[in-house]
Amino acid sequence: MKASKTGIWFGRGWLSLGFAFLYLPIVALVVFSFNDSAIPNQWRGFTLKWYAQLARDEEMLGGLWLSLQIALFTACGAVVLGTLAAFALVKYKRFTGRTLFSGMVNAPLVMPEVVVGLSLLLMLVSVQRALGFPERGMLTIWIGHLLLGTAYAAVVIQSRLQDLNPQLEEAAMDLGARPHQVFWLVTLPMIAQSLIAAWLLTFTVSLDDVVLSAFLSGPGSTTLPLVIFSRARLGLNPSVNAVATLIIVVVAIGVVLASWLIARNERQRSAELAAAGRH
Amino acid sequence: MQLLRRWFFGRGAVIAVPFVFLLVFFLFPFLIVGKISVSEMEVVSFKDVVTFSDGVLQLTLKFGNYVFITEDPLYFQTYLASLRYAAATMVLCLFIGYPFAYFMARAKPSHQPVLLMLVMLPFWTSFLLRVYAWRGLLTDGGWAADAIIGLGLDHVLLAAGLITTEGKLMHTPFSLVLGMVYTYLPFMILPLYGNLAKMDLRLLEAAADLGATPWTAFWTITVPLSKAGIIAGSMLVFIPCVGEFVIPELLGGPETLMIGRVLWDEFFSNNDWPMASSVAVVMVLLIIVPLAIFNKYQAEAQESRR
Repeated sequence: MKASKTGIWFGRGWLSLGFAFLYLPIVALVVFSFNDSAIPNQWRGFTLKWYAQLARDEEMLGGLWLSLQIALFTACGAVVLGTLAAFALVKYKRFTGRTLFSGMVNAPLVMPEVVVGLSLLLMLVSVQRALGFPERGMLTIWIGHLLLGTAYAAVVIQSRLQDLNPQLEEAAMDLGARPHQVFWLVTLPMIAQSLIAAWLLTFTVSLDDVVLSAFLSGPGSTTLPLVIFSRARLGLNPSVNAVATLIIVVVAIGVVLASWLIARNERQRSAELAAAGRH
Repeated sequence: MQLLRRWFFGRGAVIAVPFVFLLVFFLFPFLIVGKISVSEMEVVSFKDVVTFSDGVLQLTLKFGNYVFITEDPLYFQTYLASLRYAAATMVLCLFIGYPFAYFMARAKPSHQPVLLMLVMLPFWTSFLLRVYAWRGLLTDGGWAADAIIGLGLDHVLLAAGLITTEGKLMHTPFSLVLGMVYTYLPFMILPLYGNLAKMDLRLLEAAADLGATPWTAFWTITVPLSKAGIIAGSMLVFIPCVGEFVIPELLGGPETLMIGRVLWDEFFSNNDWPMASSVAVVMVLLIIVPLAIFNKYQAEAQESRR
């Protein structure tokens, strides 16, 4: 079936407009971070002063450091828990409470964050009353982010596990590999890409989270998004544009690099498979 | 012993570790919220529902908060408005996202990974910062505001009741819905694309051979086959939008009340934990049906992949 010429142009137009809509705010953030005016939406000339100011901004830098630590721990924890959850859902089709389990894995993806944040906080407060532990701070924020991150990681890893050819694992087992050997030597290398993708995704989800952090943070544990949010609430602020530009640059480099590596691995693997097939 | 060890280190642990984690940190907290929503308020705290005094176990339940929520028209209207804004966002996302995902899935196979990456990339950069950027774009003199006013579209928005005064776009229902559509559009596009890209195009060829126009084939074959994607995408947009807080706080105005903001204010400004809990319980009741639909389709999509 051949698509008509107008159809093709309509499609291209729709995609272009859609991408323009998605990227307009990002372009504006970057452009106005170099704007020589305290009101960052009208161009007054080029400057780097907001970046210089950012380098001295203790509140922002402290928030950034805390957020990076939490994001690192969240990403690592969420990939482990997410892998286990994905495994349980893909490999074991029958166990008690499976419906409840799959519901609990998927629900944090859509559950309004105010509800998750409030309920988690009230539970932690009750626990703290009973045991005197934990204080609100980095640990409690981490638990909240871990919950959200596990759900994201499980979805990403699950879809990869589902696509795996089970014959490869069966073949390994037939050749005498023990279950844990099959996991470490066969399954894990094959889902490695999705583990990297899940790690990066949960890292950014944690680095970006406002609502859960607001509920779960205590005095002295103000994450970067909380600093940005409190400034953004008051109005437009060029220092926010500067920090945004830095985040965008780092994320763009990271994502492009990661997908290039993944694409290269994929090519290598298919070349190897093709070579193996010829013999 | 051997069996016990295998169970403990193998299948058992794989299921139990995430299961227990989610039970303790996801399900159990909801029960606590339910309990606190019916407890008496004390200063910056709440009273225990069950107290033990003079050898008598006392159960004090206070349903006052729920009575208040159902009787106070402000709460009722706020819940209604939240559902309306979420529904509007969902419909707009579907309207923009379906053709978008469709054309992506029908693009040259060599272009598709790049297009997919371009949809994902904004998703990886901070959502908070992108919402903040719309503030700059929509206030007087911003790029988007200038374009909209220059094209005379603000009259259309005024006629539609989305803004209240000509030329003022920020802190209106318009800026709120725009921000939510912008934020949640990738959540609509990605499941739809995943669904449409897998479709067997030979079905369309068969339809064409049998005399169907492309338009008929689209409505009778493509759309029904993408039902799972439509439902997954719509729920991914609708459910979180009902309780959205950051977007109404940054882009909404005084007249765009949303329930996520009310909950936030009850908790952080009024320090009324039982009331905030009651608001949360009612919110969960409102989204429980969409949530069940989402879970059902999510599970089905994951089972039927192979």
